[in-house]
Amino acid sequence: MKRIITIIRPDKLEDVKQALEDIGCHGMTVKDVKGRGIQLGITESYRGTDYKVDLLPKTQIEIVAKTEDVDEIVDTITKYAQTGCIGDGKIFISPVEEVIRIRTGERGNKAV
Amino acid sequence: MDPIFSSGDTAWMLISTALVILMTIPGVALFYGGLIRRENVLNTLFLSFITFSIVSILWFIYGYDLAFGADVWGVLGNLTNPFFNGVLESGTLSSYAPTIPTALYAVFQMTFAAITVALISGAIVERMKFSAWLAFVPLWLTLVYIPIAHWVWGGGWLAQMGVLDFAGGIVVHLSSGIAALALVLLVGIRKNAKLLPHHLGYSVIGTGLLWFGWFGFNAGSALGASNLAVSAMIVTNTSAAMGMLTWILMDKLNTGKPTLLGALSGAIAGLATITPAAGYVNVTAAIIIGFVSSIICYYAVSHLKPLIGYDDALDVFGIHGMSGIIGTLATGIFATPLINSAITGGVIAGNPAQLGIQFLAVVSVGLYSFIVTYLLGWVINRTIGLRVEDDHEVQGLDINLHEESGYRLS
Repeated sequence: MKRIITIIRPDKLEDVKQALEDIGCHGMTVKDVKGRGIQLGITESYRGTDYKVDLLPKTQIEIVAKTEDVDEIVDTITKYAQTGCIGDGKIFISPVEEVIRIRTGERGNKAV
Repeated sequence: MDPIFSSGDTAWMLISTALVILMTIPGVALFYGGLIRRENVLNTLFLSFITFSIVSILWFIYGYDLAFGADVWGVLGNLTNPFFNGVLESGTLSSYAPTIPTALYAVFQMTFAAITVALISGAIVERMKFSAWLAFVPLWLTLVYIPIAHWVWGGGWLAQMGVLDFAGGIVVHLSSGIAALALVLLVGIRKNAKLLPHHLGYSVIGTGLLWFGWFGFNAGSALGASNLAVSAMIVTNTSAAMGMLTWILMDKLNTGKPTLLGALSGAIAGLATITPAAGYVNVTAAIIIGFVSSIICYYAVSHLKPLIGYDDALDVFGIHGMSGIIGTLATGIFATPLINSAITGGVIAGNPAQLGIQFLAVVSVGLYSFIVTYLLGWVINRTIGLRVEDDHEVQGLDINLHEESGYRLS
């Protein structure tokens, strides 16, 4: 089992969510986050003075999936979150030791 | 003008008074409230509301009399009716506006006093103790606003010299702008001094209310439903519109894109600058005044402030202070008896001496406001303390000073 943490543009959330649903990936946790990558923020101008805004609003999607499903999920996210411009985000994948469904007590792949 | 009660004038002045109330609460409150960090939105709104309340009480205990009572040595009015005692009961007509009740003139003037003090709060938001502000408001009203109002409008020494200030370029904008500068020099720079507005929508509503209310402020200063009120309303609107368009042009030339906050700032610069001239100038002058004031205020907030390094959070000095100076001098240039037959006019009307009087008023009122505000602030700093705790400033004032949060959306 793997945990897929994805940082995307907030306006891409609906597309990505729908695309994941279409491939059968329903479970996810979504958070509004702020961050920066190589883009290093943007410049805003107030009353004639420029201010650097270092941290931009992003959306984080957290998914725990069966190992064999990871490639398809990553491909889907990449396809639907991509604009080709700086600031599209990143995907991080890490192993998950155990998953437990609280309602039934099921463990492992059955609980994903 | 014969001292005969006019229901038309009284109706217009009641409306004007209500319009000026709208400028402070919620006009200034929302304009300022949108421009600061979200952690300080309630504190910022609160400063305008609490100021309005304090001034509302003190004005009728002693404020009106000391500002507009019978002149004593050109310095202050005579306190003959403390607690407004007998004024409401007698229902007399005002010696300043002989067709409306004295009490109506007094409450109209109260709204000017309230907005003047509330304007200063924009300079010190996000870092001043609420308790220190509670002490500052009555002291500043008493020692700075009331004497200046008397000098200019209440028959004091500047009025006797013939100074022209139709609706408050000297009394309102210059005095509050210079006081803001004095106070921020004492309070110091914020830990995060970036102007990153948390909700410009509030500021749009606030500015709209200010623009709307300004018709009561300036056209109401005609003190009656007259041609002069109409003229003041038109030049006020013209200058505001020109100020807005000019700031947008400055934005475009300097940074490449027009900004909404810039547009709002330009409108306020235009409104504030036309204020002392509103009852004395024509539309051509209003266009020039709006244009020039917006350019000068733009440079004051974008270049002068960073150059000198003071932290006037919402540019009270840069916009209101500068507008007060420019508008007062412009009145000495453009004022004409063709608009207002009660005056001899300014430089263009062949009376260059008027500009000298206006200049003297700018210098004397500016110096007085700066020195007395600085002393007041110094005393408060040594007793109550002006600045909040460091961690309160970082976490925000709403939760630390008021145990409230402006946004709990989930």
